[in-house]
Parts: sequence; structure tokens; C-alpha cells
Amino acid sequence: MALELEHVTKRFGKFTAVDDLSLSIPESEMFGFLGANGAGKTTTFRMILGLLDPSGGKITWNGNPIDYSTSPLIGYLPEERGLYPKLKVKDQVVYLAKLRGMAKQDCLKELTYWLERFKVPEYANKKIEELSKGNQQKIQFITAVIHKPKLLILDEPFSGLDPVNVEQLKDAVQDLKDSGTTIVFSSHRMEHVEELCEHLCIMQKGRPVVHGSLKEIKRSFGRKNLVIHADYDLSFLADSRGVVKARQTAEGIQLQISGEEAAEDIFRVVAEKGFVRKFVLEEPSLNDIFIEKAGASYE
Amino acid sequence: MTILLHTYLSKLKTKSFIATTLITVVIVAGLANLSSIIDYFNKDDEERVAVIDETGVLLTPLQEQMDALNNKITLIAYKGSEAEGETAVKDGDYKGLLLLSFTTDELPEAAYKARSIADSAIPSELQGGLQQLKTQMAATQINLSPEQLSKLYEPVPFDKTALEENAKTEEELNQARGLVYVLLFIIYFAVILYANMIAMEVATEKSSRVMEILISSVSPIKQMFAKILGVGLLSLTQMALILLVGYFSVKQNLDTMEGGFFEFFGFGNIPASTIAYALTFFILGYFLYATLAAFLGSLVSRIEDIQQMITPMTMMVVAGFMIAMFGLSQPEASFVTITSYIPFFTPMLMFMRVGMLSLPVWEPILGIVILLAAIILLAVFGARVYRGGVLMYGKSNSFKDIKKALQLTKNE
Repeated sequence: MALELEHVTKRFGKFTAVDDLSLSIPESEMFGFLGANGAGKTTTFRMILGLLDPSGGKITWNGNPIDYSTSPLIGYLPEERGLYPKLKVKDQVVYLAKLRGMAKQDCLKELTYWLERFKVPEYANKKIEELSKGNQQKIQFITAVIHKPKLLILDEPFSGLDPVNVEQLKDAVQDLKDSGTTIVFSSHRMEHVEELCEHLCIMQKGRPVVHGSLKEIKRSFGRKNLVIHADYDLSFLADSRGVVKARQTAEGIQLQISGEEAAEDIFRVVAEKGFVRKFVLEEPSLNDIFIEKAGASYE
Repeated sequence: MTILLHTYLSKLKTKSFIATTLITVVIVAGLANLSSIIDYFNKDDEERVAVIDETGVLLTPLQEQMDALNNKITLIAYKGSEAEGETAVKDGDYKGLLLLSFTTDELPEAAYKARSIADSAIPSELQGGLQQLKTQMAATQINLSPEQLSKLYEPVPFDKTALEENAKTEEELNQARGLVYVLLFIIYFAVILYANMIAMEVATEKSSRVMEILISSVSPIKQMFAKILGVGLLSLTQMALILLVGYFSVKQNLDTMEGGFFEFFGFGNIPASTIAYALTFFILGYFLYATLAAFLGSLVSRIEDIQQMITPMTMMVVAGFMIAMFGLSQPEASFVTITSYIPFFTPMLMFMRVGMLSLPVWEPILGIVILLAAIILLAVFGARVYRGGVLMYGKSNSFKDIKKALQLTKNE
């Protein structure tokens, strides 16, 4: 296990931000870290980075504690953009990379590669404040990965980007993972997490409420989604046995049911009633799980 | 190290820094060369004044008087009528027209006509010359000999002597006062300017959220001290540049500046120890206030709040400066002595006392030791506040935040 958090707790005065969090993330793994606002994600990241000392428990990377001597191994993309508005992209990236122990020459070479990759080579000599928010985000991403970190922490990497740029960035993240980087990332966009991560953890009020691999989580959640489209009123199904939640849609109804047996019952009922244009039994989406577990709605 | 260089170089390259330095250098060079500049513009600028002397005897002694006072004004006997003279002045042939006559008491009387009387230098000098002349003539009328006259005007001999051994003489004290005054000003401005710069830098990094990246790469404490050293280096560069230019232009003009203003300020023979003390106290004072500014800067999250946050600090510098200014005339006041041991005032007050009085060596050394101790204390405390402060965002402009910031760094 590359990154190991053991019973990590962080208290600010009386307030407990992170409560007894244990995680182990294997090397070359993409780990999703979810949670409502204020659930303790950023605090956890700051503890992993060594910006904050945990009140209890310990955090290790390949068995060693993380401190400033390991800073060349770690890349960090903070939630808020953090760049000098008045500095040129080139100076900026070089300065920040030098702080992570990189030589200037290597840094310039890498910068050229990344700017080309993101199709913005002309930005090297522009000031940050002249760039759009999305492009600033790209530069921010470059500063986080330019020194080829072993552990990359991405806090909301895709916020504020258009779909094309999200794809570019996702590709880049995927490539980094394939080349052996361990990535921890947080997002509110469940589809990104579903797409990228094998393992994830959902935090609520500082405590991990769901933790494990994506498939296991979905299986153990038990509930499934049933979508039925028909020309007649389906609202009577909401009272059927095994239905946890029901939502009317324009063309029919969407049900959350406790298991497959419930689906079979419902199938028999609607088959008697009349023709059904659509009858689909789906795996629960991460979004459903999140809403259920973290108790808040996003999107 | 990288941060130090970055801070230093990026500030060094900013337009505002270059502009301020250049302007200051030009002003310093200009001040030092002031007399030569004035001379240059006034060269061959003889002031010709036409004189119509109705008495026929006043012109020559007046010219002698004028030569003794100022050799720039040349009096020229004018042969024409008053009206013609006025026309000549209007045409610019002469600076002015002076009409000399006797009063009923056989004493000189004059009228001066010029295109404008905005330039008061010539008439007042003429008046001064005439006054002398009149005194002499009046004295002759009442049969006073020149000896008697000079006895009348002789100043009272008044000699001041300090009884304490190696106390500074009156003349030395005056010189020291001038020099200390100038150096105090430099320390005062520099401390305010650079401490402000540091607080600004920190607040800018925080508000642009670069801070989070910086402190995830380098420890905040290292970062804070690198920043303080970087700006310190910058300040020394700027100071050195200004002082060098000032020194050389003064040196060059030293011959022409014997006496007067510069002598008064004691630039003729600057005691090396005063300069050494000035430098020491400047550097120490800088570190003290820079550390304070850095951790105050780390507490605000928006640049707009920074002024509010560092106002108490600025007040402290101003207070120190005020006491020092007061102390210049009464350096031995016990209240000045006591405050000079309070770390926040030491840089200016102790320096002022060292420059003005002959203190036993242990006094400034004690001051420096106290100051060093205060800097170390403040640095340790400041570093902890800084570590937590840089992570705090939100409405933060009270000193309660110091406690909050400290809590952030605490290991419970």
C-alpha cells in the first residue's frame, strides 16, 4: 500500500473535522474522495500534504511519514486557483517547480510538452491574469504534475472547465495513472468519479460512510433502479412492495427498489395492465448512493 | 533559497521599484549638487541696476557696500531722466531703477522701481547696503568713531562648555544632531516602506491562493524567512544605491559646499561609529518589523484588509519616530532613556542616543541584545501564527485570529 492513513483525526478546538479516518490506497491507483461541502475533504488533503498536523493517527507514504523532504514526490492541485496573477506562465511554472526540487532546464522542456498537449503553446509568455479561468486551470494542473510526482492530489480538478477541456484533462490524468502515479481526487461530479476511479470513499461529517471498490459499493448498496415507460398512469406502482423511492418522469416512472425480486413482481403487474415501451433494470448510479449516504443533493 | 532569490529578483525587476529608486537617486544627486546647479543657472547672471544719484556722493560708497555683500549686483550710474530710466527698465536693459536722494537730515533715502517686485532679493540687498551706509553716516553725524560703532554692534561673548568628560561639544552636538536626524528619517521610512512591502507580498500570495501551493512545497516558516531576507536584501540594494550616489555627489561637491547647510548636517566628518550603529539598528529594526508585518499579513485574506491590520504596527513606528524627534533636543530625558530599551522603539531611540550622547558601550549593546531577543521571540511566535494564518480564509481582521491561527498549528 502506497498511501496509508491510520485512524487519522483532526480537531479544531471543539469541532472535529476528520474523525478516525483509515484509508489505504495502493500504488498506481486512482482514488475518489467524495463528500458534501465541509465533510473534511480539504482538511484530509492538507493533512496528507503535511500542511496540518493530525490530532491523532498517522499518515505514511510507502511506510515513511510525509514531510517537506518528500515534497518533490507530491503534486497538489488546490481547489481554488492559486497562481501569481502578475507573473508570466513560464516564470510561474519554473518557480513553483524549482521549489519542488526540479532543475530549470527539465522544467522548461516539460512545460513545452504540457502546453503543446493542452494545445496552448502560445501562453508561455502570457501573464496569468490575461488567461481565462479554464486556461488558468490548465496551468494550475501543469504546476501540479510538471515534476512527475508519485502521489498526485487533485482537489476538484474539473470545476470550471468546458467539456472539451474536461476530456483533455481526464486523458492526462488517465495517462499519469497508467505511468504509475497514485492519484487521489475529489469531485462533486459523480460521473467523473465513476469513470475514473476503481476505489472510492464517501465522507460525511468527517467520517467515511462508504469505502471500497466501486463495484463492491454498488453491489452492497443492494438497491437498483427501475425505469418504466408506458402510455398509462404508473403512479400506483409507488405503493408496491419493495419500492423505496418513486419519481414521476415525463414518460413514465423511475423507481428505486430493494432488489431484483421486487422488479419481477412489478414486471408481472405492469404486464397484466398493458403495453410497456420501456422496462429497464439498472445498477444504481454513484449519484444515488452519494445522495443516500451523504444525505445531500448535488448537480 | 529559491524563494529568497525569487522575491528579490521579481521585486527588483518591477517597474515601480526601478522608478522609485531612480527618482530617489535623482533627488539625492540633485540635493547634493544643489549649489552647483543653482550656480550653473545663475552664471554670468549679473544683475545690473541703473542708479540716478541726486546727491552725487552716495553711489560709490553704496557700490562698495554691495561688493562686500554680494558681487552679483552692479550699480550703473544712469545719465538720463527718471522717465527714460523707467523705459530702459521696461525694455529689459536693467533689472531695476534706483533713485537715491538725501532726506532733510542729510541721510540717504531711496526709491526702487522694477518691472515687477516679485523678485525681492535685489531690493532687499540694496536696502541692506543702504542701511549700512546710513548707519555709518548717522554715526559720523553724531561724531561716533568706527571703533565706538563696532563696539556697539559687537555680539555678547557666550561660551558653552560641557563638564562631563568626553561629552560632545556644542559644535559636535549640532553636527551629530543633523546627521542623526537624517539617518533617523532613513530608518523610519525604510522600516515602514519595507515592512509594508512584506505584509503586501504575503497578503497577495494568500489572496491569490498561491500560498497553498507554496506551503505544500516548502515549509511556511522557511518561506516566511526567505521572504523577509529577500525583501531585506532588496532594501539593502536600494539603500546602497542611493547612499552611493549621495556619497559621491557630496564628495564631488565638498569644496563648493564648505559651510552652510551641509556643514550644519555634519556631513563633513561623519563618525564611522554612527554609520555602523545606523546600519546595525536599521537591519535589526527591519527584521523586527518585517517579522511582525509578515505574520500580520498572513492573517488577512484580502489585500484590502492589510492596511487595517498593520495600522497598529505603523503607529508603533511613528510613535518611536516621534519620541526620537523629541529626544533630539533632549537626549538625556529619562523617559527617552527608558523607552530606548523597549524593543519596538530601540532601533530609532537607541540609535538617536548613541549618536547624540557619549554612552557607555554597554548601553547600546544591551539595547541590541534586547532587540535580538525580541526578534527571536517574535520570529518563533510569528512563525507559528504564520503557519496557521496562511491557511485561514474568510472574514479575518481581528486580533482574535491570532489565537485561531495558533490553534490550527497546535497538536492536540
